[in-house]
Amino acid sequence: MKPPTFDYLRAGSVGEVLEGLAQQGGDARILAGGQSLMAMLNMRLAKPKLLIDIMRLEELRQIERKGDTVIIGAGARQADLLAWPELAEALPLVSLALPWVGHMQTRSRGTICGSLAHADPSAEMPLALVALGGEVFLRNTRRRRRIAAKDFFAGMMLTARAEDELIEGISLPVVKGARVAFREVARRHGDFAIVACAAMKTQAGVRLAVGGVADVPIARDWPELEGTALDDALNAFAWELGARDDVHATARYRRDLVRMIGRDLIGEVLQ
Amino acid sequence: MTRLKADQRHAVRFSLNGKPVEDEAEPRMLLSDFLRHQLGATGTHVGCEHGVCGACTVVVDGMLTRSCLTLAAQVDGCELKTVEGLAPSADRLGVLQQAFRRNHALQCGFCTAGILMSLDHYLSRHPTPSEAEIRDLLSGHICRCTGYTPIIQAALEAAAELTSSKKETSNA
Repeated sequence: MKPPTFDYLRAGSVGEVLEGLAQQGGDARILAGGQSLMAMLNMRLAKPKLLIDIMRLEELRQIERKGDTVIIGAGARQADLLAWPELAEALPLVSLALPWVGHMQTRSRGTICGSLAHADPSAEMPLALVALGGEVFLRNTRRRRRIAAKDFFAGMMLTARAEDELIEGISLPVVKGARVAFREVARRHGDFAIVACAAMKTQAGVRLAVGGVADVPIARDWPELEGTALDDALNAFAWELGARDDVHATARYRRDLVRMIGRDLIGEVLQ
Repeated sequence: MTRLKADQRHAVRFSLNGKPVEDEAEPRMLLSDFLRHQLGATGTHVGCEHGVCGACTVVVDGMLTRSCLTLAAQVDGCELKTVEGLAPSADRLGVLQQAFRRNHALQCGFCTAGILMSLDHYLSRHPTPSEAEIRDLLSGHICRCTGYTPIIQAALEAAAELTSSKKETSNA
C-alpha cells in the first residue's frame, strides 16, 4: 500500500526539528532511516500530518567514545555502528546483537535510535540498551533530559518520549573486560526474534536480559548461580515475563527458550 | 529548512545511473513509484511494499536501499544506481548478469533486479565472498522460484570471474 498524505520537512538544524515537533505535537513523526516508520506508513498503521527528516543533520550522526561511555546520535545508522572500528572492544554485546537486526539491506539505512523509538518488544537494540543499562537523551524546545533504559520502554511499541521530544542520542556504558553473550531464536535470520537473550558478567554476579517475551525487554541480576539454584531462578524469571501465545510461538515454547538459552549464556559468561 | 506541502507536487532531482533526472512528486510518493511511474525506470520491481521481500532494492549514495521504504523527496540530490545501470551497454550483459543467465539463477525474474543490486554492491566491496556470506546477504531477499541455490552459484562464479579479470588487468 501507499502512505497517507503528510507534509515533509527536511530539517536544516536540530532547532528546526524541535520547533516542528512543538508546533505539530502528536501529529509529527521523526523520519530517520525509515526502516520501521515507512513500513508503518505504507500499512497505514501511522498517519502523521508531518514527517521531519533528520538525516541531513551531520551533528546527529556521531558515534563517539567519551570516557566510559559511547555516545550514539539519532542519525547514526546501524551499518555505521557495525563499521565503527572500536565496536568489538567498546561494546562487545552490541557487536554480537547488531548483525541480527534486520538484513544488510535494512541496516544500511536503519538507525540505532530509530529502532529504540519504534520499541518493538522483540527488537535487538532495545534489548541491548536495557542489558547494558544505557541512557536515552531526550530534548524539546524547553529542556533536555536523560532517561534510563529500563524507564524508557513503557510497553509494546510505547516509550517514555513525550510527543514534542526528539531522541537526540543514547549513551551506552563501556564495561571493561566484560564477558558477554547473545543468542536469538527466529524463524529466519533477520526476522523479529521469538526470544532473544543477552547475558553479561557483572561485578556482583550475572545479568540476563530477555526480549520478545514481555512487552518490553527486561533485565534481571543474580549473584553467581549454578546447578538447581540457577534452574530455579531461570524458571521463576521465565514465568514472571508473562509470555503469551501468538502466531509465531506458544507461551510455553518461549518459557522453554528463556530457560535453555538463559542457562547456556550464563554458563558461557561465567566460564 | 524545506517544508513540502502534502497536497502539492515538488521537484525532485537526482542522478540515476550517472544521468541527471528530474520530475515532480508529492511528499508521500515512494521512491519505487517515482522510479517506475514518473521516470519510467521499470527495472526496479515492487513486491511487498513494506521492506521485506527485497525486490525493490536499489543503491542510494552507496547504501543498499529498499526503494519502497524511501520517499522520493528523501533522495533529492543523491546518486542512485538501479538495475538499468548494470549492463555495460544496451546489447551486453554485465559479468554478474551473465553468471545469472548461465546458472539459471532466475525464473520469473520478479526478485532478480533487487538481488542483482545487492550482489553488485556487495561484490564491489567484498571481492572474495564465502558461500555463507552470500547466503547471509540473500536473507534480505525473497525468491519463490529458484530455491536460491543457482543464485548462490552465480554469485560465486561472478565473484571469481571479476577477481581474475582484475588480476589480469593489473598484470598487464
